[in-house]
Amino acid sequence: MRRSILASGTIDMSIIAATPEITYRVPKRRHPAVQFAVTQPLGAMSLVLIVIMFIAGFFAGFVAPYDPLELDYGAMLAAPSRDHLLGTDAFGRDVFSRIIYGARTALAVGFLSSFMGSTIGAAIGVVSAYFGGRIDMAIQRFMDILLSFPIIVLALSVVAVLGKNVVGGLDINLIIAIAIPMVPKVARVVRSSALAIREMPYIDAARAAGYGNMRIIFRHMAPNVVAPYLIMFTAFIAQAILLEASLSFLGLGVTEPTAAWGLMLSGTSQDFYAQAPWMIIFPGVAISLAVFSFNLFGDSLRDYLDPRLKV
Amino acid sequence: MLRYTINRILLMIPTLLGVAVLVFVLLRLMPGDIVEMRFLLEGGQVSPETLAAERARLGLDKAIWWQFYDWMTGIFVGDFGISMWTGRPVIEEIASRLELSMQVAVMATVLGTLAALYKDSWIDRLIQVFAIAGLAMPSFWLGMLIILGLLLNFNWIPPLTFTPIYEDPVKNLSQLIWPALAVGYRYSAVATRMTRSTILEVLQEDYIRTARAKGLYERLVVGRHAMRNAMLPVITVIGLEFAFLIGGLVVTEQVFNLNGIGKLFVETVTRADYTMVQALVMLVATFFILVNFAVDLLYAALDPRIRYH
Repeated sequence: MRRSILASGTIDMSIIAATPEITYRVPKRRHPAVQFAVTQPLGAMSLVLIVIMFIAGFFAGFVAPYDPLELDYGAMLAAPSRDHLLGTDAFGRDVFSRIIYGARTALAVGFLSSFMGSTIGAAIGVVSAYFGGRIDMAIQRFMDILLSFPIIVLALSVVAVLGKNVVGGLDINLIIAIAIPMVPKVARVVRSSALAIREMPYIDAARAAGYGNMRIIFRHMAPNVVAPYLIMFTAFIAQAILLEASLSFLGLGVTEPTAAWGLMLSGTSQDFYAQAPWMIIFPGVAISLAVFSFNLFGDSLRDYLDPRLKV
Repeated sequence: MLRYTINRILLMIPTLLGVAVLVFVLLRLMPGDIVEMRFLLEGGQVSPETLAAERARLGLDKAIWWQFYDWMTGIFVGDFGISMWTGRPVIEEIASRLELSMQVAVMATVLGTLAALYKDSWIDRLIQVFAIAGLAMPSFWLGMLIILGLLLNFNWIPPLTFTPIYEDPVKNLSQLIWPALAVGYRYSAVATRMTRSTILEVLQEDYIRTARAKGLYERLVVGRHAMRNAMLPVITVIGLEFAFLIGGLVVTEQVFNLNGIGKLFVETVTRADYTMVQALVMLVATFFILVNFAVDLLYAALDPRIRYH
């Protein structure tokens, strides 16, 4: 039957002459990126926002009108004006510039920790599903233990244990602390996808061909859990940005004088925000916008790649 | 069902033991113990003998497994130890703050659930925006905005001292309703999204088409047929988020300057007060596991199709 459908999209009449002519719409093949933009307009919009943030963060030196660390005691707590678009803080630092430099911190921490957390989580999930049995049982119990900590409690404890370790302007230990709570969640979702893949004939074939466990896991199984991996990865960037902001706010994340959104809400902002509300309004908007974009993009990516996945 | 229940209860023990070991080891890995911190804070030179004596007093000089053994045996007789910082029993320290935090958590849950249920969440685009914004806004920032709004509009800020609700309900609520709103908003956003997606899913089912085909009012189709079946995942979220609210309070209590367990946690972690942190983590983890368990049981009670073995 399938062969009787011609390339033009009509059915070969000599075979089923009795039925009236039916024209089939052959879906146009579009580039996946275009397809994504057409089916997920909101997702495409959020992607644009994300790209803007990236550009702003990456080229912060060119975009920001002031040095984020420059103190100006003549313009302390200045209201938004043409000189200082979003006003200044208690030390006369330009809020707009600090928000732009803060994007750099938020995106770097968000990306790296989400990447670390999802990758380790996915690896654990696949390994757990592949071996099954006791290994699976042991890994899952350990993940249960990690899951019974609220995220922030776990991250806080890890920060306290590891202390600070700043490499190239980034606190590696903070990234690790944010990544760890993600591991069990990703592991759980990826494991359930991998369990189905383990039963596929091609895994049996690979085993019959005498491939080693590591090769099967990384060459045959891992590529098939890329969809949930990518979805979790983007969703957790949002979580990571939020968590970084919370930890910095508590004084346990990024520390002064580095520009970071959560940090801009703490410290002297706490004392002066009644007089200078712009000090807290704009950094909060920045956090919300970033988290919003990544959440929305993650949702659209899920609808596009795997609508049934529950994250 | 009974077997399943017993099984689950038995499974809790290794998980809780794991949590205990993990938090115990994590704490001992922290650089510097409470003795050092305390004396460093006070400044000045302290002789090693004084430090050693203080460690001995707190039982920190014992081998690590003896410390663990002491802690575990203490828990079994309901003795969580004494706060290394304040010297008061851990239970007392926590109990005095738990009331406040629990009240905020419960109020936030109620507010959030109401907001999620009393909106025609499956049609309204606005609700979507509301929910997505709720997920994106840090609740501590929302808290600051609330305080700012109150201050600018009414020139009034919530009272700073805690009054139990049975003493003066008005004063109590005027202090605690605001953090509850800040935390509850995020919570309702999660619940709303969950309700929305499950109702959408359920509305695709055959029995909904049947109900419509036989001419049932749309209100009844949604209210009776769809809602009931969509409630299960929502209950899960309500349960699990409730446990996590306690975690969310860690930051929000800071904003409102509330002396609850969230603030206590941050303080004790930074002070390396081992006994307090251990007890707090165990409390939250136990609570989380119990809620998880209760949700599973509720599932079975509500949906006759679910049978556990």
